[in-house]
Amino acid sequence: MDALALARLQFAVTTIYHFLFVPLTIGLALTVAIMETIYVRTKNPAFKEMAQYWGRLFLINFAVGVVTGIIQEFQFGMNWSSYSRFVGDVFGAPLAIEALLAFFLESTFIGVWIFGWDRLRPAAHAFAMWLVAFGTSVSAFWILTANSFMQEPTGYAIVHGRAEMTSFGALIANPQLWVEFPHVLLAAFTTAAFFVAGISAYFLLRRQHVDIFRSSMKIALTIAAITSILIALNGDAQAKHVVKAQPMKMAAAEAVWTTQSGSAPWTVVAGIDQAAGKNTFAIQIPGVLGFLSGTNHFLGIDQLQRQDVQTYGPGNYVPPVAVTFWSFRIMVLAGGLMILLAWYGIYLMARRRPLEGRQRYLRLLLPALGLPYVANTFGWIMTELGRQPWVVYGLQKTLQGVSNTVSTAEVATTLIGFTVIFGLIAAADIYLIVRYAKAGPESHEPSRELPLETTAVL
Amino acid sequence: MDLNTLWFILICVLFIGYFFLEGFDYGVGILLPFIGKTDIERRAVIQTIGPVWDANEVWLLTAGGAIFAAFPEWYATMFSGFYLALFIMLVGLIARGVAFEFRSKDERPRWRSLFDWLIFFGSLVPALLWGVAIANIVAGVPIDAHMNYVGGFFNLLNPYALVGGLATLLVFTLHGAVYLTMKSEDEIRARARRAAYKVGWAAAGMAILFVAYSALRTDMFDKPGVGMLPGIVAILAGLSLVATRLFLDRRREGWSFISTGVAILLVVASVFLTLFPRVMVSSLNPKWDLTVYNASSNPYSLHVMTIVAFTALPIVLAYLAWTYWIFRKRTSVKQVMHY
Repeated sequence: MDALALARLQFAVTTIYHFLFVPLTIGLALTVAIMETIYVRTKNPAFKEMAQYWGRLFLINFAVGVVTGIIQEFQFGMNWSSYSRFVGDVFGAPLAIEALLAFFLESTFIGVWIFGWDRLRPAAHAFAMWLVAFGTSVSAFWILTANSFMQEPTGYAIVHGRAEMTSFGALIANPQLWVEFPHVLLAAFTTAAFFVAGISAYFLLRRQHVDIFRSSMKIALTIAAITSILIALNGDAQAKHVVKAQPMKMAAAEAVWTTQSGSAPWTVVAGIDQAAGKNTFAIQIPGVLGFLSGTNHFLGIDQLQRQDVQTYGPGNYVPPVAVTFWSFRIMVLAGGLMILLAWYGIYLMARRRPLEGRQRYLRLLLPALGLPYVANTFGWIMTELGRQPWVVYGLQKTLQGVSNTVSTAEVATTLIGFTVIFGLIAAADIYLIVRYAKAGPESHEPSRELPLETTAVL
Repeated sequence: MDLNTLWFILICVLFIGYFFLEGFDYGVGILLPFIGKTDIERRAVIQTIGPVWDANEVWLLTAGGAIFAAFPEWYATMFSGFYLALFIMLVGLIARGVAFEFRSKDERPRWRSLFDWLIFFGSLVPALLWGVAIANIVAGVPIDAHMNYVGGFFNLLNPYALVGGLATLLVFTLHGAVYLTMKSEDEIRARARRAAYKVGWAAAGMAILFVAYSALRTDMFDKPGVGMLPGIVAILAGLSLVATRLFLDRRREGWSFISTGVAILLVVASVFLTLFPRVMVSSLNPKWDLTVYNASSNPYSLHVMTIVAFTALPIVLAYLAWTYWIFRKRTSVKQVMHY
C-alpha cells in the first residue's frame, strides 16, 4: 500500500475508534445529569447512588474518548497537510472554537464533578454534570460544522487555489449541518439509553439492586423510545437532503446505476458488481424509491458520472458502491431494531407486571447494547466513503489532500503504533467497564482495597 | 496592530497557559514514582492535579486549533514536518491520560505500578519533546520554497535541540516539585521540597546553557528591530529560576511556584519575540520562512476568530480560576480519593 492508502486507513482506524467512545460520552453525560437532578429534586438517595454508578462507567469511557480525540486535532496536519493548507482557513475555525467553547467546559466541570461531591451544594454539583453534557453537545456541533463543510461546502471562495472563508454565518447555516448534527446527537442519546438498558437488564435478570435498575431502565427506555423515533424521522430528512446535495452518494447508497423516473422500485438487497456497473441480483419493492428519496427523478450513477466528468474533468467519481450500499442498510436495520425494542419496552412498562419479570425481553436487551455501536460506525462509513473520491465535495479530491513530505514508512509506523495502542486500551477499557458494571452500585470499588499501607509498590 | 500580529500574540498566550499549567502536572507525573513511596501516597500525589490536569491539556488542543485556524500553513508544515516526534508525543499523552483514570481502578500492585510508569513516561516524553520542538522552530529547520519540511526525523535531534529538550524537562519537573510542596502535606511535602532543591540546580543550569546556546544558534540577542530584548527576557527567566530557590529557603511555597511559573512565561515570551514575525524559520533560505503574513488565514477568518476568542476567553478564564479556588486546599493521604 502507498502512503495515501495508509493515511486513509489510519484516518478510518483513529476516527472510527474515537467515535466508539464519543456517543456514549455525550449521551451518558445527559443521562447522569438527569438522574442526579432527580436526586436533587426528590432527595431520594437511590438516585444519587444511580448517578454515581453510571457516572463511574461514564468516566472510564470518557477518558478514552478524550485521549483519542487529541489525535483528531493533530492528524489533519500530520497526514493531510495539503488538505490543511487548502481548507484550513475555513476548517480550522470550528476546530479552534470547539476547543475554546467545548473542551474547556467539559474537562473543567468533569473535574469539578469528580472531586466536588463534598465541596459543592447538591444542586451546584448536578449543574456541573449539566455543563459537561452541554459541553459534549457543543463539541459535537462544532466538529460537525467542520465535517459538514467537507460534505457540502458553504460560505467560502477559492482564492489563489485555497478555500477562504467568506461567511461564517453560511458555514453554520449549512443545511447539511442541520440534518447531520441532530442525527449524531440523537444517536448519542440512543447509544447511552441502550447502554443503560442493557446493563440494567443484566441486574434485573439476576434480581439484584432491583429498585435502582428498574428506575434506570425506565429512564433509559423513555429516552430510547423518543430518540429512536426522532432519529428515523431525521434520517429520512437527511437522506432526502443528500439526494439533492450529494446525489452520487445517495445513488451509491441505493445502488441505482441508471436514472429512475416515475414510480421506481426501491432495492432492499442486491449483489453489486461495481466493475460492470450493475447489480447481479436485486430484491426490490416496487414504487417506493420516489417516496423515500423525495424525488420522482432519481439520478443514477452512470448519468452522475457523465455530469461530473463534464463539471470536474476526466476521472472516476463513483464511490465504493458496495460498501456505501451495505453500510446504509446495516445502519438502518440496526436503527429499526432499536425502535422496535424501545417501543416494546414502553408497551411492557405500561402493563402492570414489573419489568424484572420479562425475562425474554431483558435477555434481548443485553446484546442490543451493541446495536447503536453498529449503527454509529456504519453511518459514518457510509457518510465518509460515499463522499469519495472527494475529501471536500467538489473542491478537493482525497488523493490531493495527503501530506506530500510524509513517507510510506512513516505513515505505516504511526498506523501500526496507534492500532496497537488502541487495541491495548480497548482491552483495559472493556475489562474495567465490565468489572465496574458487574460490581453494582453499592461499592465505590469492585472489591475491598488491600490494606493500603502495606502495598508498597517500589 | 494587525490581526496577524494579534493572533501571534494569542497563540503565544495559549502556549504560556499550556506550559505554565500542564507544565506542573507533567512535573508531578515525572516525580510520581519517586515521591510516592506507597500506593496511598501515589494516589495523594495524583490527587493534587486530579481536578485540573484534563483542563490543562485543553490549552494544548486550543493552541493547536488556533494555529490551524489562524495560520493553516504553519499548522500544516509543523505537524507534517515533525511527524514522528509528534507521534511519539501523542503516544505519551494518550498513555498518560488513560493511566490517570485507570490506575486506581484495579487493586493489583502490578496493574497500578504499570500505570504509574505510564504516567511517568507519558509526562516525561512531552516535557522533553516540547523543548526539542521549540529549539528547532526558533533555530530553523529545512523548509523548502513550498513550505514543506524536507529534513528527516533525526535532523530534529541536534545538540541545540537536545539542550532545549532537557531544559524544558528539568524546568517542568522543578515546576511540578514546587507545585507539590504547595499542594501536599507531611511526608510528600517534605520529599517534594527535597526534589525541588535537587532538580533546581540542574534546571537553572540547563536553562542558562540553553540561553547561551541560543545566542549562538539564533538571533535572540541581535534581532533586527528589537535588538537584545528577547535575550534579556530569557535572562530574566533564568533569574526567576534562581529566585525559586530563595523562596524555597524561606519556605514561601506559593512564591516559589510563581517564580517557576514566571520563568516559563518569560521563556515562551522570549522565544516568540525571537521568532516574530516568523512562525517557522527555514534554515535553507530566509525567503522561505513562514511568517504571520504568508502562513495566515484571510483577514475575514481572523476577524471572526478574534470576535469568538475575545468573547469566550474571559468566560473560560473565569471558570478556570473558580475551579482552582474550589480545589485550593492541600490534599492529604487521609482523604478518600478518586484517582
